[in-house]
Amino acid sequence: MTEPLLDTQLLEVNLGPQHPSTHGVFRMQALLDGETIVKLKPVMGYLHRNHEQLGEGMTYIASFPFTDRLDYFCAMTNNLGLALAIEQLAGGIEVPERAQYIRVIMSELTRLVNHTAVIGFLLNDMGAFGTPLLYAFREREKILDLFEMASGSRMMCNYIRPGGVREDVPEGFLERASRIVAEYPRFLDEFEALLTQNEIIRQRAQHVGVLSKELAINASITGPMLRASGVDYDIRKVDGYGIYPRFAFRIPLGTVGDVYDRYYVRILEMRESVAILQQALKEIPPGPSISPKGLQLVKSPRTFRPPKGAEAYGRIESPKGELGFFLASDGSPQPYRYHVRAPSFINLTVLEDLCLGHKVADVIIILGSIDIVMGEVDR
Amino acid sequence: MIGIGVLKGLWVTLREFLGTYPAGRWLLTRLGASTGQGLFTIEYPEVKQQHAERHRVFPFLVYDASPDNLRCVACKICEQECPPQCIHIVGPAKDEQGRPLKAHGRTFPVKFDIDVSICMSCRICVDVCPFDAIEMDNAHELSGFDRFAEMVYTKEQLLKSNEYFQQIKPTEASVVDQRLAAKAAKTAMPPQPAASP
Repeated sequence: MTEPLLDTQLLEVNLGPQHPSTHGVFRMQALLDGETIVKLKPVMGYLHRNHEQLGEGMTYIASFPFTDRLDYFCAMTNNLGLALAIEQLAGGIEVPERAQYIRVIMSELTRLVNHTAVIGFLLNDMGAFGTPLLYAFREREKILDLFEMASGSRMMCNYIRPGGVREDVPEGFLERASRIVAEYPRFLDEFEALLTQNEIIRQRAQHVGVLSKELAINASITGPMLRASGVDYDIRKVDGYGIYPRFAFRIPLGTVGDVYDRYYVRILEMRESVAILQQALKEIPPGPSISPKGLQLVKSPRTFRPPKGAEAYGRIESPKGELGFFLASDGSPQPYRYHVRAPSFINLTVLEDLCLGHKVADVIIILGSIDIVMGEVDR
Repeated sequence: MIGIGVLKGLWVTLREFLGTYPAGRWLLTRLGASTGQGLFTIEYPEVKQQHAERHRVFPFLVYDASPDNLRCVACKICEQECPPQCIHIVGPAKDEQGRPLKAHGRTFPVKFDIDVSICMSCRICVDVCPFDAIEMDNAHELSGFDRFAEMVYTKEQLLKSNEYFQQIKPTEASVVDQRLAAKAAKTAMPPQPAASP
């Protein structure tokens, strides 16, 4: 072994804070040895909007439009998380049967929206500019039209309320949703024909950013990222909130925990979502969409005063992982403490462990496969 | 064999490309292949996409028959409940002696401003209004050059007739009309003689 001819030194590179990919305002301070990552420090906080403090200054219901803006791809599930927390805090507000079904339909549609978009962005990060992303967005568009039909807004839905949903779905919604859901497997097949067996993607994504089972559990990773590492944990099954125990669906698990598994688990999860949606759309009963107590909350938010000292933690399986809302009451119409357990923030904490030893180009796709939305990371 | 996956993927993109044109769709059906989904664009400024009936943009104030007969009584509930605090109300209007002025049997606001650059179209003002006086509009091409002169809508700009509401949101407007008619019928009943103090 001879002495190296050149004296090399480590290079510090800032990736971001202008969109390092399409994920938002996020900075990665990387220390490079040649092209290999030696150290990586995520820098967050560029999109901090004081969400929790804002929520403590207003009524419980007034926080709903702000939760839409947490993870702006999944407004419906964010609403649902807060609604569940408020229902618990009130000591159980009854939710009518139809509303339960609407909630499941909306949550699963949100999962479809999120996973298609995320796979599109991931491929964008890999260098497949445009094509998969636009195929994904074409499908997402159809579902956003459904959201607009029901809630009046495509992304900032502000639709689910404690005790049900704000208003019943309009006429023709269920038929249209059934049609879109029925066509969805065809799109997934097409998407898979485009991507799953593609050698370039497999070369690029397999065995990159491997997240071990132990690390995933220790770092409290949740969502598709945890399941891609082979841990069978889905709050829809574990907690069984709402009426999820009634539906037959499976939890897809990965084996390696690399970027490719995280991609493929999401594809499989979408197929299960389609199965849930088909069952829910078939079984949805007629009836009221909000209970009287819930309607009273919508009409006059200030009448809702939970008992002093009451605490509640509502959690759901949002498309990104465990989304939890912690509320503590001091007997006033405003929460004393309002905390959001944001899945993408906690999933982001293992970024350095995933990236060490990989090349710079891999960092971008590892970040893409974590599925972060900065609105939720920074709050 | 290496490369098959890429070729299959390219076939998908080719099919999508051909499916965007009528001739390409014809060719694909002749070949026995399924046509792509084919996304068809619209000629935007001339043709505009229809949005759903519930589509919501910014709130407006509803009046019946004439603009001075607005339903708002300046109770300020919406101002209090608005999450980003974009509503500013002065009122109800009073005369020199401090007694509330009434138009068509109702108090009314002196000023009712909504800063639409702050408004986030959440619809909470509509939900909390006990008088169905404020509703969501769906007009959306509302850009302006001046932050305050054009983006703060005054009462006069916000006032829109019930017919307009009927026109943009027929289902919701008829529900509101029925509710208001029921309420009017209730108050029109002869009042009970007040209990003597």
